[in-house]
Amino acid sequence: MSGPEQAVLRAEGISRAFPGVRALDDVRLCLRAGEIHALMGQNGAGKSTLIKILTGVHAPDAGLIELDGQRIEPVSTLHAQQLGISTVYQEVNLCPNLTVAENIFAGRYPRRPWWRGGGIDWAAVNLEAKRVLSSLHLEIDVTRLLSAYPVAIQQMVAIARATSVSARVLILDEPTSSLDADEVKELFAVLDRLRGQGMAILFITHFLDQVYAVCDRMTVLRNGCFVGEYLTRELSREALIKAMVGREIAVASERTLTRDPAAEANAAPVLQAKALGRRGKVQPTDIAFKAGEIVGIAGLLGSGRTELARLLFGLDSPDGGDIVVNTERVSLKSPADAVNQGLALCPEERKTEGLIADLSVRENIVLALQARSGLVPYLSLIEQQALAQRFVSALGIKTADIETPVGQLSGGNQQKVLLARWLATEPRLLILDEPTRGIDVAAKQEIMNEIVALARGGMAVMFISAEMEEVVRVADRVVVMRDRCKAGELPGGCGEHAVYELIARHG
Amino acid sequence: MKSARLKSAASTLTQWGAAHQLFWPLLTLALLLLVSVLVQPGFLRLSWVGGHLQGNLIDVLNRAAPLMLVSTGMTLVIAIRGLDISVGAVVAISAAVAALLIGGSVGAGAEQASRFPLGVAIAGALGIAAICGLWNGLLVVKAGMQPIVATLILMVAGRGIAQLITDGQILTVYYAPYFFIGNGYFAGLPFALIVAVLVALAVHLVLTRTAMGLFVRSIGINPVASHVAGVRSRLITVCLYVFCGLTAGVAGLIISSNVKSADANNAGQLMELDAILAVALGGTALTGGRFSLAGSIVGALILQTLTSMIYSSGVPPEVNLVVKAVLVFAVMLLQSPEFRRMVKRPHAHS
Repeated sequence: MSGPEQAVLRAEGISRAFPGVRALDDVRLCLRAGEIHALMGQNGAGKSTLIKILTGVHAPDAGLIELDGQRIEPVSTLHAQQLGISTVYQEVNLCPNLTVAENIFAGRYPRRPWWRGGGIDWAAVNLEAKRVLSSLHLEIDVTRLLSAYPVAIQQMVAIARATSVSARVLILDEPTSSLDADEVKELFAVLDRLRGQGMAILFITHFLDQVYAVCDRMTVLRNGCFVGEYLTRELSREALIKAMVGREIAVASERTLTRDPAAEANAAPVLQAKALGRRGKVQPTDIAFKAGEIVGIAGLLGSGRTELARLLFGLDSPDGGDIVVNTERVSLKSPADAVNQGLALCPEERKTEGLIADLSVRENIVLALQARSGLVPYLSLIEQQALAQRFVSALGIKTADIETPVGQLSGGNQQKVLLARWLATEPRLLILDEPTRGIDVAAKQEIMNEIVALARGGMAVMFISAEMEEVVRVADRVVVMRDRCKAGELPGGCGEHAVYELIARHG
Repeated sequence: MKSARLKSAASTLTQWGAAHQLFWPLLTLALLLLVSVLVQPGFLRLSWVGGHLQGNLIDVLNRAAPLMLVSTGMTLVIAIRGLDISVGAVVAISAAVAALLIGGSVGAGAEQASRFPLGVAIAGALGIAAICGLWNGLLVVKAGMQPIVATLILMVAGRGIAQLITDGQILTVYYAPYFFIGNGYFAGLPFALIVAVLVALAVHLVLTRTAMGLFVRSIGINPVASHVAGVRSRLITVCLYVFCGLTAGVAGLIISSNVKSADANNAGQLMELDAILAVALGGTALTGGRFSLAGSIVGALILQTLTSMIYSSGVPPEVNLVVKAVLVFAVMLLQSPEFRRMVKRPHAHS
């Protein structure tokens, strides 16, 4: 029913390189009137670069963009908007301190004729804003401040602003990442109406369910290359994931690291979360950790992996559920509470949330242990040096000296220092959020081996990684997260395929 | 054997580093003292009069005591990426509270009459100062305000509070024992100076003998990562603001005792800026993390020496601030590594 003749926006042979990276290589995209088109791909696939080229933030090195058959070369987002390409970003970028109507018309207020005194025609602003919103079936008081409304409404005001400039193409960059299920439904109703009005919509999201709920067609990118364009109804979830990830997923896993079955039988949960959740972050989740067991957390970006770890470690406060440590209910209001209960967390953001860059390797290693014991007794310099030296040799940390500022170490060694900081506290449960991200292959392997050795020594480990293969390989049990909620559990050695299958299965 | 050698190597290293950090502030102080001697030949002369040391040098040290105290508190607050610009107002509040609690009027016996015992008056003044610090700390930690804004509130309101306490008057104190704090001598040295030095020493001990130094530096360098590592950064932050308020409170006692009155308008006027300046002169990074308590003490001494020198050299007081500004500008330039590099580079080429 829809052929190239209905194409509103067509991009062909788009390439763009940044110093050292080929972000896009001969990519094409075709948006048709009255269709919602999903742009899919893993992180670094080139989705955002493509959007930035379409909206005039970057110029392409090669390729052409056509709007209604006319070649266009947008030079700025404003220019793109004037051409008819409007974008709504993940973070609502409106002014919360202005009214809804002012937000919709900011920068292009209708003016009164001079014989009526000139100036902004506020009556027209409010009337027109009301009309634009009601065309989206949204009946709200446009004279109230934007901040008076929830994020979902703000998002729709942003869409109203985008569409009121007589846009032909609407680009939605992860519009649902801060919305809850009901709000997403409302947003989809609006998108449906816009589709009915003949708008061409490009929808970027990490939530597969949402793609299958609203999109007609999708384009998949991988490593900056065009993989294919598919009709949603013709592409299964498994096939989509395969297209995004790019490998035939091995059915049999090479799980070389096996655990002692005797220990497994005797293990009692060291920590249990019951219906632990926080609105908009993680839906109520049950999870248990046993001594000596590695629990892998698998899921795509935005599935709630990191958010779950933050809830467990007291970095975010849950709005429901319990945490039980060794049969005792505990309330973890801060990381300090969590550390007192024997928890440890190597955060995803090593530089901003993990290391104290200007402190020495020694000070970084003793920090958590000292924080747990308080101001006194202060570990003597000799004790600190012994402790640091022990971990430097045990983990093979390559540093000139234990007094070297940790910021001067390589990524892999920084990660080991962070690991050493927590091992010094001898935790019951060690939470590792992406411990191998951004470090070289050799260091990665060393860290993985260390994690397995720790678990065999009786520590409970929660292992979060975006690399599914890594999770499946080391975990004794895999908890699969999807759309901020636990989709299920799989036994260790289940193979990547089973994980992807569980992610893809409709909730 | 090996560890002993390591330790000695490490300690020489840290000593060298500390010495290096203090090099410019100390050089500045030495130069200022030299100029003072040139302006006033008897500047360094000390004499033993009536059981205590006297001389210009002692006078400078004595007068610097309040600023040394406030700078000590300010150093810690700045080290954790904070700032307290309300210290001047807290000085006034503390002075007013003490004067009010002592009370009294002109007349026979006034010199021995106090409304409340001296201890109660001192405790009351310091208690209120601590509450001021607590207020600042809670605004920063609980309300999440920018430190400069949070403490600006008390900076403005504090003088008003002090005026309410004194009923808009300059409260004169007649109770003689109170004068000891700002004018007395102990073991031949000014009591105020001893208090300032003891407080600085106590802080130094807490920073080095407990984990406080480690925590303060870690919070100053990366507050988020410190929080994740389990450091109770919010509690420590509040405590440091309280301590900063307390040092301002002690400074208020010294100043009001010294002038035997509490002047809500002028006590501690602009002291917050002098304290920040002293901290900056001492080599503490205003961005937090790297700090030097000794540097701040030297910074306070630099400022006081400068003020005394300007007064004794006969420069008109109106010019005082300009001369001070020029000198501070020069000192800060000297301490700036970028500036030193700029100066050095042409030499490297020639």
